Amino acid sequence: MPPAPAHVRLTGVTKTFTRGRNGSRVVALDDVSLEVAKGEVFGVIGHSGAGKSTLIRLINGLESPTSGQVHVGDQEITALAERDRRAVRRDIGMIFQQFNLFRSRTVAGNVAYPLKVAGVDRRERDRRVARLLDFVGLLDRAHDHPEQLSGGQKQRVGIARALATEPSLLLADEATSALDPRTTAEVLALLGRVNHEMGVTIVLITHELDVIRAVADRVAVMEGGRIAETGTVYDVFAHPRTTAAADFVRGALRDRPSAETLERLRRTHSGRIVTVAVRDRTGFQTALATTFLAHNVAADIIFGGISELQERAVGSLTFELTGPAGGIDAALAALRADGVDVTEENA
Amino acid sequence: MDEFVTNLPVFREAIWQTFYIVSISVAAGGLLGLALGLVLYATRPGSLMANRVVFITVNILVNVVRPIPFVIFLTAIQPLMLVSIGTTIGTDAVTFALSLAAAFAVSRIIEQNLVAVEPGVIEAARAAGARPISILLTVVVPEALGPVILGYTFIFVGVVDMSAQAGLFGGGGLGDFAVTYGSQRYNWPVVYITVATIIVIVQAGQFVGNALARKALRR
Ligand SMILES: Nc1ncnc2c1ncn2[C@@H]1O[C@H](COP(=O)(O)OP(=O)(O)OP(=O)(O)O)[C@@H](O)[C@H]1O
Ligand SMILES: [Mg+2]
Repeated sequence: MPPAPAHVRLTGVTKTFTRGRNGSRVVALDDVSLEVAKGEVFGVIGHSGAGKSTLIRLINGLESPTSGQVHVGDQEITALAERDRRAVRRDIGMIFQQFNLFRSRTVAGNVAYPLKVAGVDRRERDRRVARLLDFVGLLDRAHDHPEQLSGGQKQRVGIARALATEPSLLLADEATSALDPRTTAEVLALLGRVNHEMGVTIVLITHELDVIRAVADRVAVMEGGRIAETGTVYDVFAHPRTTAAADFVRGALRDRPSAETLERLRRTHSGRIVTVAVRDRTGFQTALATTFLAHNVAADIIFGGISELQERAVGSLTFELTGPAGGIDAALAALRADGVDVTEENA
Repeated sequence: MDEFVTNLPVFREAIWQTFYIVSISVAAGGLLGLALGLVLYATRPGSLMANRVVFITVNILVNVVRPIPFVIFLTAIQPLMLVSIGTTIGTDAVTFALSLAAAFAVSRIIEQNLVAVEPGVIEAARAAGARPISILLTVVVPEALGPVILGYTFIFVGVVDMSAQAGLFGGGGLGDFAVTYGSQRYNWPVVYITVATIIVIVQAGQFVGNALARKALRR
């Protein structure tokens, strides 16, 4: 771990909900520990019910863990009483999947709300509201009401409202899940600007790896209330260590053949089928071709994809290899010796 | 018809009494009911200021009192009236009872409409660091304003209805006038003029309520 100061730190956090009259228990978070560095965009990805919302609500103390500690900056949220948490929350912005705008207030009124709560005087409020609405590109809609806006515009108001008190931390719970792909891209770009231009640390929760890929520096993969793996977005994409992570990556990159595709490939191709993880290295494919050629192996690309992630290549290629059996084995051994990740796809 | 004209001053007096009873009952009952409704909403389990004891107490009180027919309720609270306003008959006594009865009805309407406010907006206000009482008054109530106004309009009509029974307790009003000067003397024009007057009052209230609610709902 780099010694960068942690902005958010969860230590052995467990959260159990008791449901209904029979008191059945749900473990929403199971011994979760993680650190979010100051100034980074930290993504949390997981399927529905994995415990993502519960996790994010612990950070601003809307929820309390059953055990474990939550620190934000040098404050231990879990040690604070509700009234003291309110002061901390003013330094933490939050945006939501359903935007949660106040319908009884105008766009400007929504953005002004946290400032009113914080006791900021009217002139300063008006100044900041105008500046924020300008930042999110909605200055001309200041006097409209939320129902007059599109989904993307609503979320931009949500972002402006969350940033009103100039927080150093922004929590985003599925902030783009209700938006179409193009609007999602716009909102994510805006979040990127919030991070770069204002230096705001962002914790972003999603079930879509594309969202992580677009803005996050690091990512935690959650499954069943636990953190399956954490790493830089590149590392988790390029070398997923758990099946939970691998499933998300396959879903996002679509570079590895699914079981059905493999079956079809096996039926239509008589040679040996292998999948090679693409390395972010110049001349990687030339090196591959040279190795195959040297062993008299013909390599035909039959599936695959290469994308760019954090300015590095990521993906995989599936080959049908034909030639002398000994030659194929030798070629694969040579590649593996060179550190290339090769998976045999023959059943 | 001639009889109606001779009784015109009494008719005016009756209109004034109905106006007096209804407006004070809607205002006082409305305020007290608002307070009770806010308590019911805010103290219910899982809400902003959850408090079992307060919630259960108020909830039972409202459940017990609200279904009592007005005439019986008015009779039953006579000891309370004696203590607080010093009389058990007349316009003021009826107004007092009607205010209380309206308050209990209003409390449920307030509670129901506040419960319907999306939890998400409350979450947003909490995340902004707002205090529960401030969330209640500056977020929850404004978000529910449209339906709450319609609820008050509904109560207004109910209060006009109940005020017609004021005559039973010497409270006067249009109901009393229609019976005493109308039906008891087989003077149907008097009855129908009174009915028409009540319809006008109810329609006017309904019109104002709808207009205000439309403004709050912006549609
Ligand atoms: N207030 C609550 N009471 C009881 N159970 C709860 C409560 N909140 C969450 N849970 C349970 O905890 C688990 C995790 O829920 P959570 O909302 O954190 O998941 P999530 O990852 O955000 O899912 P989604 O992607 O659907 O939003 C679920 O099983 C959920 O039913
Ligand atoms: Mg969730």
